[in-house]
Amino acid sequence: MSLEKEIHFRVNGNLTSVEVPVTMNALAMIRDRLKLTGTKRGCEEGECGSCTILVDGVSVNACLMFAVDCDGRDLTTIEGIRTAEGLSPLQKLFVEEWAVQCGFCTPGMVMQGTYLLSQNREMSVEDIKRGIEGNLCRCTGYKKVIAAIAGALHATPRRGEEKEDS
Amino acid sequence: MSSVGESSRRKEGPEKLTGVAKYVDDYHLPNCLQGVTLRSSIARGVIKEIRFDPSYDWDSVVVATAKDIPGENYVYLIEVDQPLLVDREVHHAEEPILVLGHKDRAKAYEALSHIEVEYEPWDPVLTMEEALVGKRILYGDDNVFKRFEISKGDVEQGFKDADVIVSKEYRVPHQEQAYLENNGMAAWEEDDGTLVLMGSIQCPFYVHKAMLPLFAREPEKVRVIQATTGGGFGGKEEYPNMIAGHAALLALKAKRPVKMIYDRHEDMRATTKRHPARVRHRTGVTKDGALVAQDIDVLMDGGAYVTLSPVVLSRGILHASGPYECPNVRIVGRVIATNTPPNGAFRGFGAPQTLFAAELQMEAIASRLKMDPVSLRQTNLFRIGSITATGQTLRESVGAENVLDRVLSRSKFRQKKSQHARWNGSKTKPTWRGIGLATVFHGDGFTGSGEVFLRSRAGIELVHDGTLRIDAASTEIGQGTTSILAQIVADALDVPYDWIDVETPDTSKVPNSGPTVASRTCMVVGGLLHKAAKKLKKALVQAGANWPLTREALATSAARACGKKRSIDFVEQYRKPGDVTWDEETYRGDAYGVYSYAAMVVDLEIDKTTYEVTVRDVITAQDVGKAINPLLVEGQIIGGTAQALGYALLENTVVDDRGVMQNAQLTNYIIPTALDMPTMDVTIVEEPYSKGPFGAKGVGELPMDIPAPAVAAAIYDATGLFMAELPILPERLCQALHDSAQS
Ligand code: FES
Ligand code: FES
Repeated sequence: MSLEKEIHFRVNGNLTSVEVPVTMNALAMIRDRLKLTGTKRGCEEGECGSCTILVDGVSVNACLMFAVDCDGRDLTTIEGIRTAEGLSPLQKLFVEEWAVQCGFCTPGMVMQGTYLLSQNREMSVEDIKRGIEGNLCRCTGYKKVIAAIAGALHATPRRGEEKEDS
Repeated sequence: MSSVGESSRRKEGPEKLTGVAKYVDDYHLPNCLQGVTLRSSIARGVIKEIRFDPSYDWDSVVVATAKDIPGENYVYLIEVDQPLLVDREVHHAEEPILVLGHKDRAKAYEALSHIEVEYEPWDPVLTMEEALVGKRILYGDDNVFKRFEISKGDVEQGFKDADVIVSKEYRVPHQEQAYLENNGMAAWEEDDGTLVLMGSIQCPFYVHKAMLPLFAREPEKVRVIQATTGGGFGGKEEYPNMIAGHAALLALKAKRPVKMIYDRHEDMRATTKRHPARVRHRTGVTKDGALVAQDIDVLMDGGAYVTLSPVVLSRGILHASGPYECPNVRIVGRVIATNTPPNGAFRGFGAPQTLFAAELQMEAIASRLKMDPVSLRQTNLFRIGSITATGQTLRESVGAENVLDRVLSRSKFRQKKSQHARWNGSKTKPTWRGIGLATVFHGDGFTGSGEVFLRSRAGIELVHDGTLRIDAASTEIGQGTTSILAQIVADALDVPYDWIDVETPDTSKVPNSGPTVASRTCMVVGGLLHKAAKKLKKALVQAGANWPLTREALATSAARACGKKRSIDFVEQYRKPGDVTWDEETYRGDAYGVYSYAAMVVDLEIDKTTYEVTVRDVITAQDVGKAINPLLVEGQIIGGTAQALGYALLENTVVDDRGVMQNAQLTNYIIPTALDMPTMDVTIVEEPYSKGPFGAKGVGELPMDIPAPAVAAAIYDATGLFMAELPILPERLCQALHDSAQS
C-alpha cells in the first residue's frame, strides 16, 4: 500500500507543501502534482537528462530522486529560470544560436547549462561537452548548444544565470 | 527587407526555452483517463482466451478490445493488412491486443498485470533469409511484400566489357529514431460529436484519414491537432495512426478524454524502426575506372505488416547505384514479411541503407583497381546531362562535383592521407588513423508521381485587420518548418518576418499540404506558399498598397481587399511541372524532380587496445539549392550527421528470440552524446533549382545518408579492414582483425 507523506519545500522561490506517495519520484511530483510541465520525461531512468532540475543549486535528474527527498530543499525548474526582464542570457543565446530544434531536451539543457555556468566561469569547450554529456539531444548534434553555453560565459560577467536576476 | 538567406529567429523558440511550449503530455485534460496497451508476448500464433483476474476490482478500469471498434479493424495506410487490435491471429510480438484506461497511470499498468492471455503459439519467421526459404508463408505466396526492378542498358553485355568485376555484400541493422519525446496522443469527443485527436505527430491528415474507417465517421466529425512535437525523424509519420486509434477507441468507450503516452521501453520495443537491409553489389569496371555494369540486389525486412515498406524500398533502390552514371544497370529490390514488429519511416527512408552499400562499393572497386578513390568517383560522378539508372536526364542543379571539390580542398584530403599512412607505419603509436570519403545524392520530395497524387494545398490568409497567416498542414518537428515557411512568405511579400503568423496544424483549420516527410516541406509546400504570396501581394497592390509597406498601410489595404469578408484565403495547389515524366510500371523516367548532393570527409582514430573509434573531424559540403535559413540548414546537417554517426558506430539493436528489441532503453541503446561529436566543418553549396522557392531543394534527409560510408572508408584506410556491416562496434573490429590475422 502506498504510504503518503507531507513535505514542505521551495520551488522557484515559492514555499509549497504537498502530500505524496513515498514511492513517487520528484519528476512525477513536479509534472503531475505541481503542474510544472516544463520539466520533461524522456526515459525515467536517469539516461536522458530531460528532467534536469536544480536542487539547492545542484543539477539533478528529477526522475532519479524520490519526491519525499525534496522535503526542506530549494528546487528550481525551467519555469524559474526566466528573469523579470524575460529570457535569461543563456536562454537568449539558445534562440540566437539555433540551439533549439524540437525543444524537448531544451529545458533540461538550459538547467544543466545554468548549473555549469554557476559553477565555473572558465570552462573550456571540452568542459562544456563533459558537463552536458548526461543530456541527450537527438536533433541538434549538440554543436549549437555548446556554442550557446560558451557564448554565455563571455556574454555575462559573474552574476549570470542564477535563478534570480534582481 | 530580405529574409530568405538570413538566419532569422526560430518562431517558437522562446516558448520552448521557458517550458511554456506544450507537448501532448503537458496538457491537463479534466477527468482524463491514462491509456495503456496489452501487447502480445509471442511472435506468432492465435489467441485462445483472454482472462481477467476475477479477484481484481475492475470497476475503475475501462477496457477496449477489437470487438469495440465501431468500424473496420485496420490501420489505414498503403494496404489495410494491419489491425488496430489483434482479434485472433498474432503476427508479431508486442502486437497490441487490448487497451485499458484508468485515471491513475500506475494503476492502469497494475491492471494490465491482472490480465492473462492464453495463446496457441505457432513457429515464427524471424529473419528475411528464413522468410525467403518459404517454409512458412506469412504474406502472398512468397513472403515478398513488394518487388521492384530498375533496368537500364544491357547488364550482361556490360559485364562482358568489364576488365574487373567486384562483388560484395553489405548489411545494415535496425535503427531506432530515439526522438526525445516518446509517442503520445490524447483523444476526446466534443459535445457536437467531433472526435478530437491531439498528439505528437508529423502528418495530421494521415491520422485524420486513418480514423474514418475505424470509427465509421464522416471527415467533418474528426479533427486532428498537432501538439508541440518532440522530434519525429519519420518515427511519427505513420505510427501515430495506431496510437490515435487506440486512444480514440478508449475515449469513445469511456466517454472521457484519454491520454496515451508511451514510456521509453514500450516506444522502443513496439514502434517502427529503420528497415534492416542486405545489399549485394556486383560491379563491372574498366581498367581506368569507368563503371560499365552495376547489378544490385536489395533486400529489406519489412516486419509483420506492409506499413510504408513499398515506398521505403522504392526510395532505397532509386538511390542504390549512388550518384554515378553507368550505362548498364539492374537493381532488384524486395521487401520481405517476417514476424517482427513492423519497420517504417526514418529520416532517409531507405536511402541510407543502399547508399552505405553503394559508397563502400566504390572503395572496394578503387582498392581492387589500385586506384585513388577520389579519381574513381570523379570519373563516374553525375554532372549536367548525366542519365540516371531510371533513364532520367539531369538537366539542372547538379552539385555533385562541386561538393566533392569543396571537401577535398577544405579537408586537405590527400595530404592527411599520407600523414596518416606515415603515422600508421610506426608500430609504437597507440592508434591507427584514417581518412575516408563519400559522395551521395538524395531525391527531393515524393518519389515519381507521389507529389501528383498528393495534390497538396497550402495557403495564406489575409485578415481584414492586416494579419497575415500561413495555413499549411506542414508540422514543426524541430526542423524549423514554421520559421522557413514564414521567411519564404515574408520575402515574397517584401514585409518583415515578424509580421507572418503560422497557424497550428489542425485539420479543421488548414488545408492538406501533404505529409511532413521526404524533405519536401521547404521545396514543395514552400513553393506553393511562394506562389500564394505573390497573388496576395497583387491583391494588396490592387487595394492601393505601396512598398515599403507599413503596418497601417497593410491594415488599410487588407480591409479594402477583404471588403465585407473577415478574411480572404490565397490557396495554391501542387501542379506537376510539365517536363517531369515518370512511369510507375517500368520504373523509368524522372524519379524525382531534382536531387540534393553531399560529400563528406571523415577523419578518425582507432585505439589499438580497445578498438574504440574516435571520429575527430568531419568536413562536409552539401548542395541544398538555396539555404532559406543558413543556420537552420547547418542545424539539419549537424544533427543528421550525429544520428548517422550513431548508425555507423554506436546504435546496435539487439533482437531477442521473439524478434523484439532487447535493449529497449537509452541505457544500452547508445545514441551519441556531446562527447561523441567531432569537430565539424560545414559548407553549404547552392546550385539553385529553377522550380524551388528561391532555388531551394531539400535538406532534411541528405545528412543522414552520408556519414556511415565515409566512416567505413576511413576505417578501411586506417586498418585495411573492410567493414561491410553496421554498426562498426569495437568487438566487431576486434573480430575482423583476428580473422584477417588468421587468413
Ligand atoms: S527522464 Fe530523467 S533522465 Fe530521462
Ligand atoms: S532539440 Fe530535439 S532533442 Fe534536443
